[in-house]
Amino acid sequence: MDFTFNEEQLALRDSVSRFLMNEAAPELLREIWETGGGRAPELRAKFAQQGVTALSVPEAYGGLGLADVDWALITEELGYYAIPDSLADTVYVATGLLCAVPEAESLRAQWLPGIAAGTARVSIEHPVNPWVADAHLADLVLAFRTEADGILELHALAGAGLARSAIGSIDGSRRLSVLAQQPLDASTRLLRGEAARTIAEATLDRATVAVAGQLVGLAQRMLDLSVDYAAQRKQFGRPIGSFQAVKHHLADVVTRIEFARPVLYRAALALQRNERDRAALVSHAKLACAEAAWTAARKGIQVHGASGYTWEVDLQMFMKRAWVLDAAWGDRGFHKARLGEALLRDDAPLGPAATLY
Amino acid sequence: MDLDFTPQQQAFRAEARAWLHDHIPTAPLKSYDTREGFEQHRAWEAKLAEGGYSSVTWPKELGGRGANLIDWLIFEEEYHAIDAPMRVNQNGILLLGPTLMEFGTVEQKARFLPRMARCDDMWAQGWSEPNAGSDMANIASKAVRDGDEYVINGQKIWSTRAVFANWLFGLFRSDPQSVRHHGLSYLLVPLDAKGITIRPIVALNGKQAFAEVFFDDVRVSIANRIGEEGQGWNVAMATAGFERGLLLRSPARFQRTAQRLVELYRRHQASADRDPSIREGVLKAWMDAEAYNLASYYTVGRLLKGGRIGAEASTNKIFWSELDLQMHETAIRILGPRAELIDDPEVRDWLEGFLFAQAGPIYAGSNEIQRNIIAERVLGLPKS
Repeated sequence: MDFTFNEEQLALRDSVSRFLMNEAAPELLREIWETGGGRAPELRAKFAQQGVTALSVPEAYGGLGLADVDWALITEELGYYAIPDSLADTVYVATGLLCAVPEAESLRAQWLPGIAAGTARVSIEHPVNPWVADAHLADLVLAFRTEADGILELHALAGAGLARSAIGSIDGSRRLSVLAQQPLDASTRLLRGEAARTIAEATLDRATVAVAGQLVGLAQRMLDLSVDYAAQRKQFGRPIGSFQAVKHHLADVVTRIEFARPVLYRAALALQRNERDRAALVSHAKLACAEAAWTAARKGIQVHGASGYTWEVDLQMFMKRAWVLDAAWGDRGFHKARLGEALLRDDAPLGPAATLY
Repeated sequence: MDLDFTPQQQAFRAEARAWLHDHIPTAPLKSYDTREGFEQHRAWEAKLAEGGYSSVTWPKELGGRGANLIDWLIFEEEYHAIDAPMRVNQNGILLLGPTLMEFGTVEQKARFLPRMARCDDMWAQGWSEPNAGSDMANIASKAVRDGDEYVINGQKIWSTRAVFANWLFGLFRSDPQSVRHHGLSYLLVPLDAKGITIRPIVALNGKQAFAEVFFDDVRVSIANRIGEEGQGWNVAMATAGFERGLLLRSPARFQRTAQRLVELYRRHQASADRDPSIREGVLKAWMDAEAYNLASYYTVGRLLKGGRIGAEASTNKIFWSELDLQMHETAIRILGPRAELIDDPEVRDWLEGFLFAQAGPIYAGSNEIQRNIIAERVLGLPKS
């Protein structure tokens, strides 16, 4: 029993963090938000140079083959810096999906080296998301689609052949597409029925952990921004951070973050080991991290005062990312329903010694 | 990261489970805030000590079994899973014990700790005073040095367990000229000493959970001082850290309560679901109890690798006290109009727990104080 990260995991996290601190500064984020494209190709290239795009690609395809627990730490950094890219979807979630499907051998050979090199973008269509993020840029779309007969299928669609329109998001670096109307035929089908459902659930859980990690990273960033602001902003001749009411807002955010992180890490391990309670642990992580992020946003804007309601402060970019990720890969209703179901089963693991075993 | 228990840990769990199963009192004990219940609890804890389970993390020679913190978490899981009695001497074992371990002399450890482990001595807290509750540096009770004794005069209040305990630990002003947290000394006082008067205070549950303690020329030996004269504040802050931090409230206790809450909800689901927020409350209780458990294992992992628990202990205190309150509020709402029936067997424990949970955000340093500590010592914000 050792619920800690090892030195290599922490060193990798720290190096990604240093890289993002330099390459994804708020000034760059703002530029990308304001110039309309929503993406910075040169940033993607730098990610590739740094090896970030190769982290979870198996070594046989030119990657590092990192596991889910390692990734939980990395996703916190992606959130902390609110990187203007749906990087996790391609290099973590889609990679995991391709690796899990035995029938996808030729797709792996075709796409994984490009993912590792940072040249290929993959988007995922899933029933829990009404819109597909970044599909307008995708070279490949992996689409879970419920067919007219009610049976779930997984299709691999070449991006070039798709009609895609990019819908704007309140998050200025995010673009969404509706693909669902486009009819599919058997020529693109990878899986059908039970096999597709199993992969769809695993994909949902992997993506949810990635989002949860980003949410807790966002919460930490909003806390740090708010603390900096509270320490330098003066009212009544004193820093507002000396006022108890302001302190208490920020202390509440600390507490929410402290008690969300271990839940995230536990969920990542459940995913990695494909444990029996995986779904409940993942939903718990998403709910805990979303609560931390939304608390950080609400308290953060309060601490920033009227400035918090302006476009100029950096806080807004992190707040908006947190707001949209709250409903990505299953909104709170979805995850509460899923958790509630697990909790009220007759054989639900409850009580001391039931959840760590 | 590896969350599998080792064969040794599993063996310890099995051993503890078997022992508890064989020795658990057959009928529930009376409240330890009554004379009869207090003696029942004392007998139970003596039995626990005989089995070597009174304080598993203490060294063997002081009455423990030298177990590490993961074993402690395991033991607590087994203890609460079987609904073993609440620990009546937690002031001693959880607060004073670790303080003596860190600051006590060899003689003090040998003199007090084995007796504490067996519950030969029962300890009361002597922190608060009428004008020094959350503002604890405002302590006025004096301990004036006279040869190799201190002469104590003053008053303590909210002294948990003082009605039935035989010893008290607390802070006294040993330098009459000093102010705030300077000039305080940490003293151990026998409650049968001449000049002590104890006046019980009746708590919300109608029982004598705490008391006022009056000192009138009470003499104690300087051998009863922990740490240096005038350094009591630093010693006490360490104790407060234990209290807020990991050790006062093991996660198993809240997991067990969350489990009982889920069972209560399932028994009454038809009526409970008329208020949709009740189901949400049950879910939240379970999630937060699990989060508290995971956070405890996560903290223990860092402590075992040489880390120290610091001001983060304050987030623990806020989290478990609010969790305890939220769980009991939800139970009371599930019970609806029946919740006031104090003699109803299904209601009684929830109602008792609900009343006690009201104190959680107040004792061990109010949650407002904890939030100040987090803001100032974790976030580095300026003092008020």
